[in-house]
Amino acid sequence: MLIELKDIRHIYQLDDPVVALDGVNLEIERGEFLGLIGHTGSGKSTLVQLLNGLLKPSEGQVFFEGRDINSQEVELKEIRRRVGLVFQYPEHQLFEETVARDIAFGPKNAGLSEEEIENRVREALELVGLDYESFKDRSPFNLSGGQQRRIAIAGVLALKPEVLILDEPMAGLDPAGRRKLLELLIHLHRELEITVILISHRMEEIARLADRVLVMDRGKIVLQGRPAEVFTERERLKEIDLDLPVVTDILKKLEEKGLKVRTDIFALEEARDEILSALEKQSQFRESRPC
Amino acid sequence: MSQIEMQGVEFSYRAQQDKALAGIDLKVEKGEFISVIGANGSGKSTLAKMMNVLLVPDKGSVTINGLTTSDPDNIWQIRQQVGMVFQNPDNQLVATLVEDDVAFGPENLALPTEVIRQRVDQALKTVGMDGYQSHPPHKLSGGQKQRVAIAGILAMLPDCIVLDEPTAMLDPMGRKEVLETISRLNREENITVVLITHFMEEAGLADRVVIMQEGRIRKTGSPREIFRDTGLIAEAGLDVPEVVALANQLRQQGLSLPEVMTADELVDSLC
Repeated sequence: MLIELKDIRHIYQLDDPVVALDGVNLEIERGEFLGLIGHTGSGKSTLVQLLNGLLKPSEGQVFFEGRDINSQEVELKEIRRRVGLVFQYPEHQLFEETVARDIAFGPKNAGLSEEEIENRVREALELVGLDYESFKDRSPFNLSGGQQRRIAIAGVLALKPEVLILDEPMAGLDPAGRRKLLELLIHLHRELEITVILISHRMEEIARLADRVLVMDRGKIVLQGRPAEVFTERERLKEIDLDLPVVTDILKKLEEKGLKVRTDIFALEEARDEILSALEKQSQFRESRPC
Repeated sequence: MSQIEMQGVEFSYRAQQDKALAGIDLKVEKGEFISVIGANGSGKSTLAKMMNVLLVPDKGSVTINGLTTSDPDNIWQIRQQVGMVFQNPDNQLVATLVEDDVAFGPENLALPTEVIRQRVDQALKTVGMDGYQSHPPHKLSGGQKQRVAIAGILAMLPDCIVLDEPTAMLDPMGRKEVLETISRLNREENITVVLITHFMEEAGLADRVVIMQEGRIRKTGSPREIFRDTGLIAEAGLDVPEVVALANQLRQQGLSLPEVMTADELVDSLC
């Protein structure tokens, strides 16, 4: 087991204390792609901040490779290097004069050699699809929003994390920027075998990318499983006001009208084939449109 | 006279820089709901800021109900007529109570207290936030904050609301609340809506979609016309809504389908 959360409660001690997490148990395997969905305030962001020790739970324990990360023996610096966290709107945290220096900030603090730092910066930039030579000396503040976002992510990747957590990384990006970032996540997960934990409000993305989906509501994990298991729980999702992926919604509605289609499909091409074959099967029995 | 008229509008943020707007001609009629889509940097936000005098054109003209934005004497009148909502709900609310926030605009007009009270209550009712008058804004959800921001504009009795990615930072419920509010204001109060968005499904709610690319308008048309042109959509770095994409895929396989924008329309035309 790579990461384990045990009996977690987390309370923000404000004038009016807020219970952000209320009895969370979770195991994460190396190499998983985990999708996290739920409304604002459901506890998603609190949960992920526990995973690299940014927050210490009020109750319960967080284990990384079997070690309690909040115990004396564990150095949080090591955990934070191995578990990278990309916040919402990470480009707001860019601060250096050049792109290269901004990305080098983490590796430098980790005490790497000049040569190794340069290699890391080069690799990280190339991973996010930006050319090293043409970007390294530019000011991050003169770049487009989508480019800034990718540079901020490169800063986390330069530490070569084994686990990458992203909190709404696609928010505010245009469709092309969104697509590029999705492709990057797929690459990191499949080719570099990085464990990815993705928070998103877009059900389509989660359904297509994640091996396992966690649904959070009021500080608890209320539903989890493969996308096909979670997104077929339409009533349960509706209770907490979450939508189905568009394709699933269409298939469900067709099923209700009597067309025999599978409803655990999320990719457009698969849905297309499923609908076509269902229509064909039905029309063998009837002349016109079946239902 | 159209409510918003732009003619040959050009604008650069700094001299010698690429033009953010490179010749915009656009008319928006009273009561219309238009959406503006385009890649990051295509000029959408600059276009929006021209509509309530946050920016004035370098060349060309913008008029709102016949008032030109280049004349400083018109600024306050135009800003009362055209309100703006931005992306981040946390940057728009300034007061410690919801009602004070909504009253901020009308108070600056020096209206009598009872008129202000009435406008605030009515505006909150319209956005479905009646009863939250004495709540502190920071305790509201993102969707609620955006609706309070909209109420603050409604209290000025505007003709038009311009929204620059109002749902980008919201969760699905918040998005739904805000979109329903916008649609209702347009339908029931006849308020002109200009919605800038990266969500193609949101753009599909409008009467008319404007595609921007590199500071120019590439095309305007009904959502159906716009999303039919998949070549142009791809060229402009955009997507078609999922429903439209699935319908297109089915059509490519030889199924004859009418043009659809919603899941229900697609389902009904299949069965």
